[in-house]
Amino acid sequence: MSSIGTGYDLSASQFSPDGRVFQVEYAQKAVENSGTAIAIRGKDGVVFGVEKLVTSKLYEKGANKRIFNVDRHVGMAVAGLLADARQVVEVARDEASSYRSSYGNPIPLKYLAERVSMYMHAHTLYSMARPFGSSVMIGTYDVDGPQLFLLEPSGISYGYFGCAIGKAQQNGKTEIEKIKMKDMSIRDLVKEVAKIIYLVHDEVKDKTFELELSWVGEQTEGRHELVPPEVFSDAEKYAKEAMEESDGSDDDEL
Amino acid sequence: MEGIMEQPFWANGPKPGSFYDFHAGHSSKTTTVMPVKHTQYPMVTGSSVIGIQFDGGVMIAADKLGSYGSLARYRNCSRILKVNNTTIMGAGGDYADFQFLRDIVEQRVIDEECLDDGFNYTPRSLFSWLTRVLYNRRSRFNPLWNTVLVGGLQDGEPFLGYVDKIGTAYQSPTAASGFGAYIALPMLREAYERNDKMSEDEAKTLLESCLRVLYYRDCRAWNKYDIAIVTHDGSRLEESKTLSTDWSTADMVSGYE
Amino acid sequence: MAVEFDGGVVIAADSRTSAGTYIPNRVTDKLTKVTDNIYCCRSGSSADTQAIADIVNYHINFHRMEMGEDPLVKTAAKVFQDLCYNYRDSLSAGIICAGWDRKLGGQVYSIPLGGMCIRQPVTIGGSGSTYLYGHVDATFKENMTKEECLKFCKDAVSLAIMRDGSSGGVIRMAAISEDGVEKHLILHEDITKFYRE
Repeated sequence: MSSIGTGYDLSASQFSPDGRVFQVEYAQKAVENSGTAIAIRGKDGVVFGVEKLVTSKLYEKGANKRIFNVDRHVGMAVAGLLADARQVVEVARDEASSYRSSYGNPIPLKYLAERVSMYMHAHTLYSMARPFGSSVMIGTYDVDGPQLFLLEPSGISYGYFGCAIGKAQQNGKTEIEKIKMKDMSIRDLVKEVAKIIYLVHDEVKDKTFELELSWVGEQTEGRHELVPPEVFSDAEKYAKEAMEESDGSDDDEL
Repeated sequence: MEGIMEQPFWANGPKPGSFYDFHAGHSSKTTTVMPVKHTQYPMVTGSSVIGIQFDGGVMIAADKLGSYGSLARYRNCSRILKVNNTTIMGAGGDYADFQFLRDIVEQRVIDEECLDDGFNYTPRSLFSWLTRVLYNRRSRFNPLWNTVLVGGLQDGEPFLGYVDKIGTAYQSPTAASGFGAYIALPMLREAYERNDKMSEDEAKTLLESCLRVLYYRDCRAWNKYDIAIVTHDGSRLEESKTLSTDWSTADMVSGYE
Repeated sequence: MAVEFDGGVVIAADSRTSAGTYIPNRVTDKLTKVTDNIYCCRSGSSADTQAIADIVNYHINFHRMEMGEDPLVKTAAKVFQDLCYNYRDSLSAGIICAGWDRKLGGQVYSIPLGGMCIRQPVTIGGSGSTYLYGHVDATFKENMTKEECLKFCKDAVSLAIMRDGSSGGVIRMAAISEDGVEKHLILHEDITKFYRE
């Protein structure tokens, strides 16, 4: 960020001379400050995983969740400013509910992504507004198969096979790229997702974290839900074992 | 259309914490309100709904007929709803109004599921809400033309409530609407007074016998029916069944007098 | 009336519009297009049902452009229902919404006077329908082919035309499937001949 403080970064409604909107870029920085969240689209569903950093011992377990239900069939995992993200969740829920009441069917994910990203984009256009300091991933599964979208503070949204947002988004993406997610079931992907979250977690900078895992797919009958306790502990165990193995090999090398 | 959620519940009244303004804000502004006419009457209707508590649960039953006047127009319309794992409801009266209510209830259940905070609608909370909605609408002279039975388990205890189109509401271990109030209710009460700890199977047989008598004696009844049951194992809407009937007494009758 | 078959629906109607006992239009088209593969059959007040059909047509086409794909039949039926229910005190409209979509195939939804909405394998509506219940119950079979459905509809509407004063003229039918709409017109002299004494 070369031109910090040149006065073009005070408003979302002003371009810099080289055609950038700094407020939006700062919002993207806000996303990069939060714990990592990833989502992978497999052959029969979508899996979400969140590295929820616990910044104080005084929090209750399970506080400040970062995976949300938007509708029965839609899940959302977020990174960035949690309060901003909750507002996005609320808007997404309203969109889903309004679609259901008008058309009697669950909202198609593509349309939901379009509507919510329009809302986020609207916050990049006015001087009195601040862009959302959060990125969100939404996923679903229906007869046409799984779908996954990532919505960014700029208001952009694309469909993905896998995405990572937050602190370790680069590492996360690299790890996701190693997986052949297109022919994997969500049952197996859950483990990989847990592993990646453990892998990209920075033990030095961030001490403790809680793992959040959810999925939506064929075996959940198209419902988005947190993974059942036994699946969760299996995945966590798999992740921890994988970590120990890699630690072991690191030691050998040393 | 008159919605439900967006209407002020207590129009013209003082806001919480403030006093009533008897001089209407000291302004001489008068607003003219045009009279709104509602000439509502039910079109496609469902007949009786019946329900009973049993040992460790509640069940509600109703036939599947949607009558259009005396015409048996829709013979496969379900009027019973599984709300969530502890709550069921069934409705008689105007079917369009029932669908309207059902859509709202279903969306509210989805909203509740989304929060995923461990809290759910209980039978009592749904019932309480319904009484307000129905009473509110009748107070606007635009009633939702339904009688609704809400059943379920509230803190592990059976709950059964009745509310009608004018907002009359009560709780009772036995309940029936429409023709069922005359025919089924005495049967339900008799059985319940004899044994208030009947088993699920006994309760089901009882409801079936009530539906059977209703089919014999109510011109707007039908022999295809739905039953929803709540027990400690959860709630379920059973697959539709057809009543068995007995017409053998016809053989003993010939001529009249 | 409308009937579902495997892969589509057949819809049919007579062609009489009446004002009291006068017939302002003897060759009406009561099968009204909503999208390429969703139609509705209108009965009740012509003015009301035309207005409703126009509004639904607007909404659904807007929706199609927004979504970038063909709307579902259920979606159209729901939009019909919302209008019919919310304005039930001022409307006199009995509508059948039928068509084909890639999710559920051929579907028929009945939206009668009060504004309820229910899917049925076969449905009849309008003044002539009261004379048809017995015939429909007796002759309707599930899983009929398209040709059987066309024959079934033609016979039923023929009977209604010959017994109901408010029905008459020609029979318009349409078979809607994935491939689009195939229209049929049966002139008055070609309607099925039943007992007429």
